[in-house]
Amino acid sequence: MYYIDPHIHMISRVTDDYQRMAQCGCVALSEPAFWAGFDRGSAEGFRDYFRHLTEVEPKRAAQFHIRHYSWLCINAKEAENVKLSREVIAIIPEYLNKPNVLGIGEIGLNKNTRNEAIIFQEHVDLATKTNELMLIHTPHLEDKYKGTRMIIDMLKGDRRVNPERVLIDHVEEHTVRLALDNGFWCGMTLYPITKCTVERAVDILEMVGTDKIMANSAGDWGKSNPLAVPELIQEMKRRGHAESEIRKVVFDNPLSFFRQSARWQEWHEEAVKPRTTIPKSSAEGRKVKVTR
Amino acid sequence: MTPLAARQALDSYFLEARCKILEVAAVLDRIDRGRDAAALAEDSRMKQLRQALEILHDESGGRAERIQRVFSLEYEPAWERPEPR
Repeated sequence: MYYIDPHIHMISRVTDDYQRMAQCGCVALSEPAFWAGFDRGSAEGFRDYFRHLTEVEPKRAAQFHIRHYSWLCINAKEAENVKLSREVIAIIPEYLNKPNVLGIGEIGLNKNTRNEAIIFQEHVDLATKTNELMLIHTPHLEDKYKGTRMIIDMLKGDRRVNPERVLIDHVEEHTVRLALDNGFWCGMTLYPITKCTVERAVDILEMVGTDKIMANSAGDWGKSNPLAVPELIQEMKRRGHAESEIRKVVFDNPLSFFRQSARWQEWHEEAVKPRTTIPKSSAEGRKVKVTR
Repeated sequence: MTPLAARQALDSYFLEARCKILEVAAVLDRIDRGRDAAALAEDSRMKQLRQALEILHDESGGRAERIQRVFSLEYEPAWERPEPR
């Protein structure tokens, strides 16, 4: 089954991961801008990073026939530095017209501080002015519920924001309905210990349905599995769910959301055909002669 | 999406549940074996763990979501929102 991983940080992964993902059916992925593992010292560091996201990773992905898309922002962790954040937000428009850029992300909150909220709002200001899609990072662990509610407060309080063009990521049992009931798309992150397991993600799908929801591996610097989405496919099959429902979550929904991007270039039809037919063997129908 | 029938879910996930409950039991035993374990009785994390374990006993449903809330900070409705520009 073809699948799309809508949230994975390939800058932190080896090239072999692309190969394995392709072998498991990955045809596209999207890589949000995130934390480098350290707090960057200047906006020029982000300029290099945006170049990496828009030039280097698409080439690395293309070796394995994977389409690479990216998002641009200064992440919530580094947003605590308001001065640096404003310098980075000022350079984002230089990269918005790169062909693989889907929009602004992953913006959000980390520890739910005032500075983080200010910079989140300024990213929303930019995204609404330039008509970009938004990919939202919700905080982890104890901060997730409070932060998700704060994020939704800000998004719903801004009349320029169209929920159909916003993906709220890393949802779990206590935040998924906050996203869906307010009209947003949402993503479940299949990541050990600190986020959602594959089994719980399928439980969530069984409870809320498969509309406007997707799943991702968020492979990054931590211990994570770039093949988490194929594992979700297997878990859904284990529970007897229809191929059409599985494909909807891992392929159709991410594609529908991405297609809203102003720069979207439609795929060649062959790449999006479901792999539901097994190629006929060239020996089929021929009598086999056995010689002794 | 139709969930598994209850018996099928039990048959499929019993061993995983057993494994995870043993892991939790082992962690609690590990804490108890450590020095000054008694001093942790009022630690907020131990209180959260005890509260979560009580929810597991409660058969009224929605356990995962309720346990998530036990481990979550409270939302403050009157927080100061930045203005859109």
